[in-house]
Amino acid sequence: MRHGVARFVTGFLALPVALYLFYVVWPFAQAAGYSLTSWGGYSDNQEFVGLDNYVRLLSDELIRKAFWHNVFFLVTVPLFTIGLALFLAFLLNVGGREDRAGIRGVFGSGVYKVIFFFPQVLSLVVISVMWQQIYRSDSQGLINGLLIKIGLVDADNPIAFTADPEPFLGVPAVLWWLLLIAVWSGAGFYMVLFSAAMQSIPKDIYEAAILDGAGRFHTFFRVTLPLLRDTISVAWVYLGFIALDMYALVFVMTPSQGGPNHASEIFASVLNFTAFQKGQFGYACAMGVALAIFTILLAAAQLRITRRERIEY
Amino acid sequence: MSTVTHTSGDQTRPDQGAGRPAADGRAPISVGRGVGSRIFNGFSHAFLAVWAVMVIYPLVWVVMSALKSDSEVIREPLSLIPESLRWENFSRAWGEGHLGAFFLNTLLVLIGSVFLTMLLGSMAAYVLARYEFPGNRVIYFMFLSGLTLPIYLAAVPLFKGVYNMGVVFPLLGPNKHLMLIVVYVAWSLSFTIFFMHSFFRTLPNTIAEAAMVDGAGHSRLFFSVMLPMAKPGLISIGIFNVLGQWNQWYLPTLLMQSVAGEPKNQVISQGLIELSVNQGYKSDWSGLFAGVTMAMLPVLIVYIVFQRQVQAGLTAGVGK
Repeated sequence: MRHGVARFVTGFLALPVALYLFYVVWPFAQAAGYSLTSWGGYSDNQEFVGLDNYVRLLSDELIRKAFWHNVFFLVTVPLFTIGLALFLAFLLNVGGREDRAGIRGVFGSGVYKVIFFFPQVLSLVVISVMWQQIYRSDSQGLINGLLIKIGLVDADNPIAFTADPEPFLGVPAVLWWLLLIAVWSGAGFYMVLFSAAMQSIPKDIYEAAILDGAGRFHTFFRVTLPLLRDTISVAWVYLGFIALDMYALVFVMTPSQGGPNHASEIFASVLNFTAFQKGQFGYACAMGVALAIFTILLAAAQLRITRRERIEY
Repeated sequence: MSTVTHTSGDQTRPDQGAGRPAADGRAPISVGRGVGSRIFNGFSHAFLAVWAVMVIYPLVWVVMSALKSDSEVIREPLSLIPESLRWENFSRAWGEGHLGAFFLNTLLVLIGSVFLTMLLGSMAAYVLARYEFPGNRVIYFMFLSGLTLPIYLAAVPLFKGVYNMGVVFPLLGPNKHLMLIVVYVAWSLSFTIFFMHSFFRTLPNTIAEAAMVDGAGHSRLFFSVMLPMAKPGLISIGIFNVLGQWNQWYLPTLLMQSVAGEPKNQVISQGLIELSVNQGYKSDWSGLFAGVTMAMLPVLIVYIVFQRQVQAGLTAGVGK
């Protein structure tokens, strides 16, 4: 019998583990190894250079820029997406009329939920290509066209959107425009998530709050929001990963994939440029390892910060 | 009470009778509060409607632009009603734009990769969740670690590995459907195993024991008892994988590169990117809109039909 179990376990695990080792673990391990060499990618010349690549990272202007752009997305994407999603969920669930039975959700909330969720099922690529047309820097673009028509924008001087490196609040405008797309596509999903979490809160808690004379705003901020803490922190972690992965947007939407004039470079775009255009594979791998370490530290930090006693109900 | 999502109108319902305390037993609702409530209700509707328009308007605009002629796209970019419906944009995008070929490639890859991801993922998750053996935790955490590592880090060695593999087994080399299937499976295992692991843990032991007593072997127990019981989980993770792999663009861009001059077997996302990035050279605006429409509508229709399952499936993925 024991023998049978061992054979069964091995049989079920062999193929998944083999695939995973070859296509996921081994490339990562190799990347860590290459990061210590000066390998160009096309020749067999792999000279061991120790930590030179990492030292070089620290003084690389472009990397420093990309790092701050990543940090920008890391802060703003979760902040604005969760803020908007919570606000929408709040309106949806407590925006209805008040009557004897208490405060209701808004009429037609089911339809809103279906619509708000749309962008989530579209691929990042479809979204990017679509927004590229919305953001066109002439009257053919959706936004410029509308604004020119109502006279808010001069037809000879339209908004440049993702080709605009001018800083706004100290951050290149192109990054803000990319942020808008990220928030647009993410808000609906997190709204559905928060709505579901709100509805799983038992009604007695609300009835008690209403009996105590709390209005809908009080109830939301003092009761609902604290009870949503767990869901919000999970959403924050997920959005953090998404924020590190804005590459599809940068790739499709910005001039020369990281431009104009490197105003929208992020880690991933610099890494790809270094590896495949400049042919410095060893150095690119060092960037990748640095990014991985950064991601893992971040995930660990977030898990630590957001861990708290759960409220059981 | 306040989170009742309710779509049957907002008029006061007839008193719900027995189970509820009498109306006058509650805090009375003053008139002022009623007016505030109505204003707030109006504001809610207005804001929600604005956001709904912001979501839908671009989508409708893309679909409608796909039906315009090129000159109309340039002349009347904003209009939502085309002068005449030009369905030939679609056939042009399908044929000359190679969208048809992209679709076929995507379909071929997804059929294989989603099936294998589900099969291998649940097999591994099941064994890891329900059998004790040395190395169990190590293997589980090895799979989990894949969730945190950025894919870009692996790009260069992954391409090299695939290239070398192709020298030995041509079908597993760059630009081959089978290769992309295998790579998708490997990269989807982490999340699939993570998700199904927690699912298999919650299945009751008694049924498994009963099946064993009845003489079922380990594999039979898995395929005819445990897997059917895990159906809700399988549906969720299945939806997640279909959408995730349909939307995948980085791996195909990296791996479906033309080798030795043969044409690329592009998948839909990759093809759309090239269509749009190369748009500068030959402007086929309506064709591009038609391409985006064709990539977008099938998913949207599937979503509208199965919205409950899709919403539940995707949010469960985060909630775990």
